[in-house]
Amino acid sequence: MLEINALRAGITDKEILKGIDLIVPTGEVHAIMGPNGSGKSTLSYILSGRDGYDVTGGTAMFDGHDLLEMDPEERAAAGLFLAFQYPVELPGVNNANFLRTALNAQRRARGEEELDAVKFLKLARAEIKRLSMADDMLKRNVNVGFSGGEKKRNEVLQMAILRPKLAILDETDSGLDIDALKIVADGVNALRSPDFSALVITHYQRLLDYIVPDRVHVLAGGRIIRSGGPELAHELEANGYAAVVAEAA
Amino acid sequence: MSQTTLQASAQGFLARYAGLKSRFPGDNAQRAAGADAFARHGLPGPREEAWRYTALRPLAETAFHEPVILLSDTSAQLTALALPDLPRLVFIDGRFSAPLSRLPDGISITTGAPAFGHIADNGEKLVALNTMLAEDGAAIDIAPGIDAGTILLVSLGADAHGHPVSFHPRHAIRLGQGARLTLAEINSGTGVYFNNPVITAEIAEDATLVHLREQREAPGAFHLSTVFAKVAARGTYDSFSLALGGRLARVQVHAHLAGENAMAHLNAAQLLGATQHSDFTTTVRHDAPSTASRQTVKNVLTGHAKGVFQGKIEVARIAQKTDGYQMNQTLLLSRDAEIDSKPQLEIYADDVKCSHGCTVGELDADQLFYLRSRGVPEADARNILIRAFLSEALDPIAHDAMRDHMESAIAAWWDKAPTP
Repeated sequence: MLEINALRAGITDKEILKGIDLIVPTGEVHAIMGPNGSGKSTLSYILSGRDGYDVTGGTAMFDGHDLLEMDPEERAAAGLFLAFQYPVELPGVNNANFLRTALNAQRRARGEEELDAVKFLKLARAEIKRLSMADDMLKRNVNVGFSGGEKKRNEVLQMAILRPKLAILDETDSGLDIDALKIVADGVNALRSPDFSALVITHYQRLLDYIVPDRVHVLAGGRIIRSGGPELAHELEANGYAAVVAEAA
Repeated sequence: MSQTTLQASAQGFLARYAGLKSRFPGDNAQRAAGADAFARHGLPGPREEAWRYTALRPLAETAFHEPVILLSDTSAQLTALALPDLPRLVFIDGRFSAPLSRLPDGISITTGAPAFGHIADNGEKLVALNTMLAEDGAAIDIAPGIDAGTILLVSLGADAHGHPVSFHPRHAIRLGQGARLTLAEINSGTGVYFNNPVITAEIAEDATLVHLREQREAPGAFHLSTVFAKVAARGTYDSFSLALGGRLARVQVHAHLAGENAMAHLNAAQLLGATQHSDFTTTVRHDAPSTASRQTVKNVLTGHAKGVFQGKIEVARIAQKTDGYQMNQTLLLSRDAEIDSKPQLEIYADDVKCSHGCTVGELDADQLFYLRSRGVPEADARNILIRAFLSEALDPIAHDAMRDHMESAIAAWWDKAPTP
């Protein structure tokens, strides 16, 4: 599904990713953990196509596409979804219209039939109910006046409606209380299937109690320094990043 | 700018008046007073504070003729506007066209002569020019208590076989006590022409005039319009001006809140590209207690366009509990576009609430990326954000048919505007 090979990238004059190798097979959920400043968010932005980063080496293939050659909207239509660490507010843009525009843009790009307003609302209401979200979420402007938890739930709602093949969750747990965390985790777990992969980026092991990963990778200093099973997350929680980083050095 | 260019241009208009004055219809005493004022003062120039940001040089360098009787078929132009199916008054080059119009039932409307109205003008030079050369206009009188629905006021401009023309329509709207009217103006045309309309609106107690204006003049056109609205107690003047056409345009609105609890909304959106220049200038005079005014003005500028907003709020000593609000926001889509924004508050009462604000920015890169990351193509994402930016000015338009019409005009403008 996702195959990253010797990826090097950064911003002007500063290399942040120093050769990342990572494979996320179809149907698996992988976690990337790492200390602050290790390059976790940079990796998620580069995979989703944000401007402002220079890729200086390596490749990233997604479902047979050369990801780094594609516009953000092409990546989305191909099935990539980034759940933002800081979801963006869009004043004046209605959430329901936003979601339908996004879904139909992706469907159009894939040559599929667009959903009319009635069909879309039926789909959206069902997902909202499943995620224990308030109905008025659809009527409000995108993320405007949402609490931190509501914003993250809105990300999960978008993911549930857009049905990506690969979801990257960038510190989705930050700023969430335990109830919101469970709802977000349930939303991700509901999508788990042999056709769905996820890359869960987090600083804390807590989220991984609810979204149990198939593999855990430790990102430090712009490299994956260790990979292992779910137990690696517990080891990090118990011993801290310093011990793992020192051991790898 | 050379004063002589302005003077020469003014001489041209005066010569036309001298040649035609015996043939003009309507109140020729008022016309003569206008001509006298125009002869003394001429066109506004850059040394006047109110005209610092809008230079009339391109207008003054163009020689404008009297409109001829058009032989060409203007009904095609009218059809192209895809107007909502509503009663309409159509003016071609400032002259009423009965065959293209559809009068509403039971409403008093007079055409065939300028409707000078009963509001004293404030010495505006453009109004003096209009008074001097006005040939036609609509006098619309709504009797007390009547809801007159919507009337479209359509202006189609066209040059005279390649010669620029100018026309100076003069309309007067009077609403009796408790009356209601939506007046929806659409200004359009082809070629080079100068449209210089003046509209006076007298709004009696508890009456409401909704005034929606869609300025989509031809790319070579000049549009300089002035509105005087006088609002009595508990009356409302609720206006929205959309400007997206013309080469050089200025919309002036003077709202006079003359009775307690009178209210004015002077909202506007200006969408400009290429080398377009458009100016929205307002004066709100709070002249009675507990009056309120709201102005939300949005500009979207691309290319080398220049936008101007000047908003003056005057609060008389008697106008305690005035509530005045003014917000001007600009989205600059290119480095070469420019906005001049000048708020002015003159407050002589001591118990008032007045605020104003001004922002200038570009499209937000984070918002753009957020939309694209969800699969929305870049051009669509830009449109969504521009439409969202305009929403505070557009969404309050309660008239669905006209809001839709304006939305389509905006969509068409954006399709034609160069991508930055």
